[in-house]
Amino acid sequence: MATRTQERRLAFLATALPPIAWVVVFFLVPLGIVWAYSFGQNQGLTEVDISGTFANYARALQPLYLQIFAKSIFVAGVTTLLCLIIGFPVALAIVFASERWRPWMLLLIMLPFWTNLLIRTYALIAVLRTEGYANFTLEWLWNQGSWLLTLVGLQPLGDFTPLQLLYNNFAVVVGLVYVHLPFMVLPLYAALDRLDKSLIEASLDLGAGHFRTLFSIVVPLALPGILSGIIITFVPALGAYLTPDLLGGPDSQMIANVIERQFKRANDWPFGAALSFLLMYATFAVIAFRAYAARGQPADGHGI
Amino acid sequence: MTDAPAKSLTTRTSRRSILKGLGAAAVGISLSAKKYSAWAAGEEPKLNFYNWDTYIGETTLEDFKEASGIDVNMSLFATNDELFAKLRAGNQGYDVIVPGSEFVERMIQADLLEPLDHAKIPNIKNVAPEFITDAPYDPGRKFSMPYTWLVIGIGYRKSKVKEIPDSWKWLFDSDAYKGRIAVMSDASELFRNCFKYLGQSLNSDSPELIKQAEAMLTKQKPNIKAFHEDNGQDLLLSGEVDLVMEYNGDIAQIMVEDDDIDFVVPKEGAMKQSDTLAIPKGAPHPENALKFINYILDAKVGAAISKTIQYPSPNAAAVALMPASYKDNKVIFPPAEVMAKCEYPRYLGPEFTRLLDEAMTRLRAS
Repeated sequence: MATRTQERRLAFLATALPPIAWVVVFFLVPLGIVWAYSFGQNQGLTEVDISGTFANYARALQPLYLQIFAKSIFVAGVTTLLCLIIGFPVALAIVFASERWRPWMLLLIMLPFWTNLLIRTYALIAVLRTEGYANFTLEWLWNQGSWLLTLVGLQPLGDFTPLQLLYNNFAVVVGLVYVHLPFMVLPLYAALDRLDKSLIEASLDLGAGHFRTLFSIVVPLALPGILSGIIITFVPALGAYLTPDLLGGPDSQMIANVIERQFKRANDWPFGAALSFLLMYATFAVIAFRAYAARGQPADGHGI
Repeated sequence: MTDAPAKSLTTRTSRRSILKGLGAAAVGISLSAKKYSAWAAGEEPKLNFYNWDTYIGETTLEDFKEASGIDVNMSLFATNDELFAKLRAGNQGYDVIVPGSEFVERMIQADLLEPLDHAKIPNIKNVAPEFITDAPYDPGRKFSMPYTWLVIGIGYRKSKVKEIPDSWKWLFDSDAYKGRIAVMSDASELFRNCFKYLGQSLNSDSPELIKQAEAMLTKQKPNIKAFHEDNGQDLLLSGEVDLVMEYNGDIAQIMVEDDDIDFVVPKEGAMKQSDTLAIPKGAPHPENALKFINYILDAKVGAAISKTIQYPSPNAAAVALMPASYKDNKVIFPPAEVMAKCEYPRYLGPEFTRLLDEAMTRLRAS
């Protein structure tokens, strides 16, 4: 018996050690170094002296940076909300699609992942800019409308003024929603797919309308998936820096842009580390909230 | 980085932009390992060159191998910050690097550069004398040799401006071109050119001056369409803006495609930069590195490089070999009287860097 337990222990170690080592070496250690930096100060141009100071955190908690944190949370929040509003019907459609179509629809959702984020962002620039495809389309529609009006003897519309779609906060939110939508759709799909369809039929049979069924049956049952989707979307959106950099206007600075500058141009790694960890503490808080919200629900998520 | 829809993804190969966004770092390009002539010296015939993208002549590296038998392995970096961040963690085997002038000074202070033995670089005689005497970031050229130089100015669309915008006023202090202006997002480049507009040296480290510039830019912000990541030439070319703060070399590249575009260095003067060749401490092949630097400073080699990259060259002997379209180009070589007012940025210390960065953060958050 003893040997068998030992064997089991060995087998466990053999399978568990590589991933544990991986996590420690490539995740915990680097993270620990950055965490230590956040309590340090620059020593000359290239050294960081870990002195245990809280000065970086004190600086990071100034109203200037808190305001940028607040703005980032707001932008990420709006992004998440829009992803939920757009993603929920999409996930429902995939769940209720026929077996034949479902894999293709899922593929369509995942397809953008196969292209580099930067390339996708540049494609969006080509769509949104003043002389971009969105404005070309609108101009064409505008001119057709104008022509129709003259046809029925009315005054034509004035000259078309291109919409300013790029280099503002609107463009940042569009970019973030576009990039993060799959993060929302996939967990929603997973949750909705597990849902017992007979409950929906029962609800409809018992006289509830479609909307009532949706909000009283489907949404509560899919709640764990919705919460996961919200977190998986919100967390990366909060740390986005490429999108505000490339699509944003003069005031579209998010906290990740400030952090990036500390590690590059400003050459202030300790302060950058402190800002990063504040962001991480905020993320932990969100995940802790999720764990708290999930408490008391049976693991299968059907306990209402 | 992108331009008109049809060309949208044919990337401008500006060395300052292409890799930056990708965050890509070392893309090793191994040159074919042809057999080389017998090598006498103690070093193996190899050299690791860390350069900007599209910043070397088409055949320079092959020609060097032909001439010396030394095999050059080139990797690419996208920003000076990336170069500095890499080297501050220890030299991973680079022999020759191409830091900008401001970073040369930083690297000298951080003891990251190897002194150059001028006796082994006889081609230093080809360099225009002002690049030897006027190099406050590296007095006496002890650590770096000039490779290219560039100056920041205003690129503009001729048909959309009332007069030549030959003052920083049009970018920093006027609503005449509301919503059609883009400025650089780099704190140092932006604020220190404001110092010039305010009649001060761009190497002034007065916190008062930073405040003054910040107030001016905060007032100007509603008129600014974008803070660009060094891709101003694309914003100008695609018609997104009509005035843009950008380097002369970048604008010269798009003027070939669109003759409605021109460039002017503001009359108040501006920031100039020079990219240099230097040997980082710990280079595995320092002798080969000196040979390579000397080779690059050769007149014919320099001319071949300039033909490819179209940046202003400090190599007087090389410029003499170039066609008039390059030599007499007022964008590549702005008039001497305005260049006399331009300055190299000095590294003014961590406190100044921090004040500038905070001012930039406040400006963008306001």
